[in-house]
Amino acid sequence: MIKFERFELKNGLRLIVHEDFSTPVAVLNVLYDVGARDEDPGKTGFAHLFEHLMFGGSVNIADFETPLQQAGGENNAFTTNDFTNYYIQLPTENIETAFWLESDRMLSLAFNEKSLEVQRKVVVEEFKEHYLNKPYGDAWFKLRELAYKVHPYRWMTIGKELSHIENAKLDDVRDFFQRHYCPANAIVVVAGHIKSQEARILTEKWFGEIPAGEKYLHAVMQEPEQTEPRKMEVRANVPLDALYKCYHIASRTDPRYYLAELISEVLGGGASSRLHQSLVKEKKLFSNIECYQTGSTDAGLLVIEGKLIRGVSMHEADKAVEEELQKISDALIDEKELTKIKNKTESAIVFEDMSVMNRAANLAMYEVLGDANLMNTELEKYQSVTTPDILGECRKIFHENNSSTLYYHGKN
Amino acid sequence: MLNRTIAPKITDATGFTLTLPPFEKHRLRNGVDIFMLNLGELDTLMINWVFDAGNFYEEKNLVAGAANYLLKNGTTSKSAYAINEHFEYYGSYLSRSCQNEFADVTLHCLGKHVHELLPVVAEIFTVSVFPQEELDIFKKNMQQRLLVGLKKSDFVAGRMIDAYLFGEKHPYGRMSSVEDYESLHRDEIAEFFDRYYHQGRCVIFVAGKIPTGLIQQMEREFGSLPMLAHVEAAVKHHHIIHAKEKKYRINNDPNGVQGSIRIARNFPNRHHPDFQKMQVLNNLFGGFFGSRLMSNIREEKGYTYGIHSYLMNHVEQSAFLITTEAGKEVCEATIEEVYKEMAILREDPVDEEELSTTRNFMIGVILGDLDGPFQVASRWKNIVLNNLDANYFYRSIDIIKTISSAELQDLASKYFRPEEFYELVVV
Repeated sequence: MIKFERFELKNGLRLIVHEDFSTPVAVLNVLYDVGARDEDPGKTGFAHLFEHLMFGGSVNIADFETPLQQAGGENNAFTTNDFTNYYIQLPTENIETAFWLESDRMLSLAFNEKSLEVQRKVVVEEFKEHYLNKPYGDAWFKLRELAYKVHPYRWMTIGKELSHIENAKLDDVRDFFQRHYCPANAIVVVAGHIKSQEARILTEKWFGEIPAGEKYLHAVMQEPEQTEPRKMEVRANVPLDALYKCYHIASRTDPRYYLAELISEVLGGGASSRLHQSLVKEKKLFSNIECYQTGSTDAGLLVIEGKLIRGVSMHEADKAVEEELQKISDALIDEKELTKIKNKTESAIVFEDMSVMNRAANLAMYEVLGDANLMNTELEKYQSVTTPDILGECRKIFHENNSSTLYYHGKN
Repeated sequence: MLNRTIAPKITDATGFTLTLPPFEKHRLRNGVDIFMLNLGELDTLMINWVFDAGNFYEEKNLVAGAANYLLKNGTTSKSAYAINEHFEYYGSYLSRSCQNEFADVTLHCLGKHVHELLPVVAEIFTVSVFPQEELDIFKKNMQQRLLVGLKKSDFVAGRMIDAYLFGEKHPYGRMSSVEDYESLHRDEIAEFFDRYYHQGRCVIFVAGKIPTGLIQQMEREFGSLPMLAHVEAAVKHHHIIHAKEKKYRINNDPNGVQGSIRIARNFPNRHHPDFQKMQVLNNLFGGFFGSRLMSNIREEKGYTYGIHSYLMNHVEQSAFLITTEAGKEVCEATIEEVYKEMAILREDPVDEEELSTTRNFMIGVILGDLDGPFQVASRWKNIVLNNLDANYFYRSIDIIKTISSAELQDLASKYFRPEEFYELVVV
């Protein structure tokens, strides 16, 4: 049970405080309710590029990093398709430094051409490092475009293509800041060795006078139901053939989400999972195979991906995966299998909660989904799932018309 | 009205007293030591068995790694599937890893389930059988994984630089090949297991919220196994042969858009008086986001997404390494900047402000890191396995707080000599 208190400032800024006096550190986590799904299709990758610019100095503080390091603090940030999250951890004595830094960059950035120019290059190198200069690095670009035709999840957080980043203008940056970076669209979490009262006073002091801004309403087109199986084949200079299959699942706040998560565990969670045992160990068709779901706010994907043993045909491998999906859609999974994945889920949650930084980020993520307290009811939702629930959901998910399949052929 | 141009007052982190929470030591009947850290409020537990079974001990390439990997793939009474299912059923993770001097088996679980899991861990250490079929699958899958790795410039660069630093015959520099995997035999793996696990030297680290009765159960399950106590300096010696040539450019992928740059030199191990001081110089040079390399090469020039330097975590001998992935067309410019930054540290003393920032940052990081039981255990593990003692931790804190800018400049003059560095770009 993660205890917390919730406050709202006059300017609409939401504050969540989680006290934990067992640690000598405190965390200030700021989540902005904007991600790659809020981008213009012609200017993708912007939420993430913007995250980089947040470290380029703010209106009253030229250098973000040095004062934080002087205070013994560490920080980082990440952008997803749904939101952007910034966090600072430091010795609790110096927590006010984090308030000073974070509030100033919410108030206004320094906006300079030089910072934009450098960060464009840095992000281009990030793009190359993770997606271009790496075998199979482009597979997800293709898979997203295959599975999503309408929803902005059809592009990657890093951006659809390099040119979108290379062409970003300072005016775009200003617009983006105005639209999304304001108290009305932010959630602040203070966690660790700090009293709730003190956290509240500091938040009022540093964030209280920032103009509220306008609440941004996500204008995202939801993906319509898929009505035909989709297939794509590519060839690339990679040593092994790879198979990717994905299926649409429910959104993060739908009760069906929990079923999809458990189904992905039955199929691909660990060495005793169905796909690994059947396809890697028994049939020896794949050298590795995974199953996971994307966990996105809007309707996500359940994904199966694996690399084929050399000499196995793509068709044969695909058929074997489909047989497993048929099996889980035909008959109830064992009670023991369900207990296993529930136990795994419980462990995963407890281990994740060990770090105060994770707890802070999770409180913010659940709050943006609608209620920070969802963090405390997750386990219960998993625990209440039954084997017929799993069966019913498998029948919905593993329908041919809900599938997108990518054959990624290598050069043998 | 708030004056935002004035920074809030800070408490100098160097004034903090850091304490490494002490362990409790328990010796099993067979002499094997358990270092226990009872910390944390959640019901989480980690048990880490460390064997003198790294690739230092193998007679033939990959045998140590294969033995470690296949430990949980079958015993006289359980199949690989049954073992995996057992650990996963209780929501636990049994992981293993093989390094140079040591090889590990680590259990992460909720304390409430540990009693169901320890008997199977003990079984693995006693009657693992290494089924031929499991070995065949392992060989094939690892060969395939290697083929993918060899397409990646960072993977290729990583193994080449190790080979230059230590020689291809040394465990630190040894590379794997498809043929090496092919030639693995079940019998040699089983023999390695018997000698280095079943009857091998072991030390155990336990951290988390320790359930009552755990010591008794550890005694029951492991106290009468034929394993031996870990002893200081048991490490087998291997000759290091440095490559003669210092500069390398390798073309691995004609379509590559980035180069993997590695610039490295040999460096003494943790017992050398310069080691801990070098940690401070490293931090300032390329050890974190605000370092000189990051500020110049990423934040000023935009040549890379990240550039880092670090001291390698080896017991016998370390190395100092700079690593980055940079745009193909700016690789040479990046290397030039790295040497420029070395020259600046040799020639100009670090000013008080930057030094104080580095001190505070490093202390802050250690403070944050001492928060979790697993992190504390990992510090203790480092101390024990490197034949050090708790003073090492306190000396390190002391050095961070007191090292002078003259000492840093001396270090830079001694170690930042470009002619002593290996330099590699793999595109």
